[in-house]
Amino acid sequence: MVRLEEKTSWNLIIKPKGGLIDLNLKELWAYRDLLFLLVRRDIVTVYKQTLLGFFWFIIPPVLNALTYLVIFGLFAKVETGADNIILFYLIGVIAWSYFSDCINRTATTFRANASVFGKVYFPRLIVPLSSVISALIKFLVQLAFLLCVMAWFAATGSAPNIQWHLAAVLPILLLIMMFTGMSFGLIISSLTTKYRDLSNIVPFAVQFLMYATPVIYPASFFPEKYRWIFDWNPMSPLIEMFRHVLLGTDRFNLMHLGYSLAFSVLCFFVGMILFSRTERNFMDTV
Amino acid sequence: METVIQVDNVSKMFRLGEVGASTLTEDLRAAVRKLSGRSAAEIGENDRTSGSSSGSVWALQNIGFEVNRGEIVGLVGRNGAGKSTLLKILSRTTAPTTGEIRMKGKVASLLEVGTGFHPDLTGRDNIYLNGAILGMRRAEIKSKFDEIVEFAGVQRYIDTPVKRYSSGMYVRLAFAVAAHLDPEILIIDEVLAVGDAEFQAKCLGKMKDVADKGRTVLFVSHNMGAVADLCTRAILLKNGQLVLDGQTEAVIRAYVQQNMKISLKDEEALSNVENRRGTGEARFEDIRMLNSRGEVSNEFFPGDDIQINMRATIRKDISNLQCSIGFRSGRTRDIITTTGRNLVKDGHFKAGEEITIKYNLPKVLFRPGVYETYFWLGDHRADVAIDVVDNLIAPLVIQIPPDDSTIYQNGYFSIPFQVEIST
Repeated sequence: MVRLEEKTSWNLIIKPKGGLIDLNLKELWAYRDLLFLLVRRDIVTVYKQTLLGFFWFIIPPVLNALTYLVIFGLFAKVETGADNIILFYLIGVIAWSYFSDCINRTATTFRANASVFGKVYFPRLIVPLSSVISALIKFLVQLAFLLCVMAWFAATGSAPNIQWHLAAVLPILLLIMMFTGMSFGLIISSLTTKYRDLSNIVPFAVQFLMYATPVIYPASFFPEKYRWIFDWNPMSPLIEMFRHVLLGTDRFNLMHLGYSLAFSVLCFFVGMILFSRTERNFMDTV
Repeated sequence: METVIQVDNVSKMFRLGEVGASTLTEDLRAAVRKLSGRSAAEIGENDRTSGSSSGSVWALQNIGFEVNRGEIVGLVGRNGAGKSTLLKILSRTTAPTTGEIRMKGKVASLLEVGTGFHPDLTGRDNIYLNGAILGMRRAEIKSKFDEIVEFAGVQRYIDTPVKRYSSGMYVRLAFAVAAHLDPEILIIDEVLAVGDAEFQAKCLGKMKDVADKGRTVLFVSHNMGAVADLCTRAILLKNGQLVLDGQTEAVIRAYVQQNMKISLKDEEALSNVENRRGTGEARFEDIRMLNSRGEVSNEFFPGDDIQINMRATIRKDISNLQCSIGFRSGRTRDIITTTGRNLVKDGHFKAGEEITIKYNLPKVLFRPGVYETYFWLGDHRADVAIDVVDNLIAPLVIQIPPDDSTIYQNGYFSIPFQVEIST
């Protein structure tokens, strides 16, 4: 009787290895306050002690979009298929920067937090989750700004061709981008604890991925022969559809969306497996 | 009595050496080995201090013990005995290789204070962030907030970024959060007790508080005085193995004896030049510690006279030869005192000469504990180390005197003082 009670009342068991995926949702939920506070920290520290403060969420994509507008739109005269090329570049840049933000912020999870992870236990997944939520908030601020710009164009007579009936697709796109980005980040951060070299390749890989995705040009910009790159790239449908919904340009194909979703789910599983493996022992190698 | 911690046959293996590009091939090889049916446990090596060619080492081996509710257990052992590894496994920052640990109740482990403090955030924000990292809920922090701020004494600066805090304020705030954790099991590292004396006292005081409330404490320490004072039971680790588990007094005695057993003039250690730093123009050949009766010993009481005799040979012509001895303590192994650099005669020596150096240290006022030794030959003008014997011979052990009136002192030294108290 007593023994039975003893057996069941341990509330913490430390073992060498958990399952393939060590996902304890109950524990994650118990640490939701930490998640909130980490997101808050990420947001607050961006504009602390800067002159332009909150505007730093908006300035980088605007400058980026302007650069692409000048180089690709005005000088190279890329045919975008959009009536309003300012919006074409702005939307592409904002959507892509959300995705790349999700990768970049989570890719350093282990190395950037080594000092904290080495001292205190909490569910490690809280950190990448807080990173992508911060990225989402930043994105929402940019989206709000984008909508203002679109409203301004509408008011001045060059209304963007918004596909209202497809508006419900937008949150799905965002979620897939978030999960794909986070999964990439989890995979990278797990592998870089052992194979340091990888971290040097990541920025180039992300940049390369951007050029392999119709971000600053439509898919039609590539000659027919090479268009398979866009078809195989699971990021393409996300960016294309994002722009399709807001601007009416690019391709829209639900089959492609299904492909991106499947890819995202696969990546998420791979990411979680690697992350679970790494979080248990990475302090020994970092 | 109820068992709240059960450590069941825990072992931990570390891979040695540079973990880098080569690990990819190693990983592949390990995968092949796995496929051919050999387990990782077969590549065993025991002694972390001796060289191992297998590339892996067992930092902990088959550790097993139980802790009952309300016990205050000290975990002691030399550097490299596996204390820190066990502490890390208990605080879940790394996983054991084999074995299992079971715990009951709310656990807090403090390996550091102020974990996750962000310099740009205000004191207020950092209290919440740090509290949440340590496992507190926001509502809980909110209810203790005023207490924490008052404990830290930073009311006026609570809305100032912590990067503007003095280091004292910073540490006080960090400790204040940790002090309000209120766990049922507290796992705490002595390293927390570095810092100023006031902070150390606060730290130890807090542990006493926790213990007095009937909570369970696991305390990892080098500080024999603190262990003797606080703990009801102690566990001694050596080379990753549990060698003794019992009454504090007995364990401390064994710990001191263990340190005695290491040969004082460890010929092997001194003749092995490989792990010695320095240019090698001169070499220590022999180093001995003597007590006031002229006997070789490394065991003393606070206030004893210590003599250190060193013999060195000159390998190349040197000018400006100087020597120094130092003592280290704590987990950071910081030098806590040295003799400074002393010119040996006029500093000029010819190759082949042999020199002896004697240091007399009268009335050494170290507090009870274990102090690693550091011997240095060098050239001060060029700031070059010629030979360094760092922690290669038996450490200096200062025992707890039978009537330890100094037990409530903290830090490394007992300073002489007179006190006058009047009303």
